Amino acid sequence: MAFTNEQLERYSRHIILKEVGAKGQKKLSQAKVLIIGAGGLGAPAALYLAAAGVGTIGIVDADEVDLSNLQRQVIHSTADIGKPKVQSAKETMEAINPDVTVNTYHTFVTSGNVLDLIKDYDFILDGTDNFPAKFLINDACVMAKKPFSHAGIIRFKGQLMTYVPGQGPCYRCVFKNPPPKDAVPTCKQAGVIGAMGGVIGSLQAMEAVKYIVGAGDLLTGYLLTFDALKMEWHKVKLPSDTSKCAVCGDHPTITELVDYEQAECDMKK
Amino acid sequence: MAEFNITDKVDITDVNCPITFVKTKVALEELDDGDILEVRLNDGEPVQNVPRSLKEEGHKVLELTQNDDGTYRLIVQKVGD
Repeated sequence: MAFTNEQLERYSRHIILKEVGAKGQKKLSQAKVLIIGAGGLGAPAALYLAAAGVGTIGIVDADEVDLSNLQRQVIHSTADIGKPKVQSAKETMEAINPDVTVNTYHTFVTSGNVLDLIKDYDFILDGTDNFPAKFLINDACVMAKKPFSHAGIIRFKGQLMTYVPGQGPCYRCVFKNPPPKDAVPTCKQAGVIGAMGGVIGSLQAMEAVKYIVGAGDLLTGYLLTFDALKMEWHKVKLPSDTSKCAVCGDHPTITELVDYEQAECDMKK
Repeated sequence: MAEFNITDKVDITDVNCPITFVKTKVALEELDDGDILEVRLNDGEPVQNVPRSLKEEGHKVLELTQNDDGTYRLIVQKVGD
C-alpha cells in the first residue's frame, strides 16, 4: 500500500519519527485493535488510535450515552445522549479519520462471546469498569494468546499493565481473584476525576501503538500506578514466576471462562 | 552531471514542508542499503532543508543540481536498512 500525499501529511509527525517511519505507519494501518468499554478509558484510547491511523478498531459496549458519562468520556457529546456508546464512538472516530474502519459490538462481554470478539484482533484494550469483566478479558486473552492492556481508574488513582503471551505475568498472576462483590467500589459509587481516563486511557493507546510498531519496551512484567493528588508514579516490578498462575501457569486450574457475579448496583442504570 | 545508477525517483515539488522530507523518507524506506534515489524538489525551503535532514538521518547526499525548469535534482544514497 502506498500512501497518498494526504496520508503522508496526516501521519507526517509519526513518519518523521525514526521509531515509526513509513514502515511503522503501514503496520498501524494494517493493525486491528479491540477496545472493550467505550467509557472513561476507552474514549481517549479510541480517539488516539483512530487519529493514529490504526486500520481496524473494534469497540465493545452495551451501554447508551448517559449525561453522567460526559464529565470524562470525551468521545461522546451532549447530542449523543441516549445513543449506543459504540455508535457515538464510531461517528467521532470516523470524523477524525476516514481511513479507519470501526467495527461496533453493542453487547456486554461474557464468557459466551469474548473469545469470538477478540479472535480477529491483534491487541486488546481492557477499558471496562468492573472486576468480572477484567478477569474475563484476562483469561480469554491468555487462552487465545492475545496481548492486551489492562487498566483501572478510581477517584484520583489509575493503574495499568500490559500482557504479552510468554513475556511475563497476566492480570490473574497479580490479582488472583475478583474481590467479594461490593468490597471494592466501582467508579460509579466512588467517583473518578475526569482527566484520569485521559491519562491512563492514553497510555493504553500508547502501549497498543508501541506493540504494533515494535518500538521501545512495553509494560510487560510491570504495574504502573499513578496517584494524581500526590502527582506520583510508581513502576512496580511484578514477580516473574508465572508457573503457579491458575490461568497462565504451567498447570492451569482455570480452563474455562467464568462469569463472576457483579455488584448489584452496577447492573442497572 | 555525473552518471548515477538510479534505483528510484521521487517528485516532492507537489508538497510543502515537512511533507517534502516525509515523502523522501518514505521513498528511501522502500530501498536497500546503498541504493540511489533521485529527488525532484523546488528551490528555497526544500533545497535548504531536505538535504540537511537526509544527512542528519545518516544518508549520503551525492549531488544537487539545478534543472532547466528551475527545480532541483538531488541524488541521495541510502545508508542502512
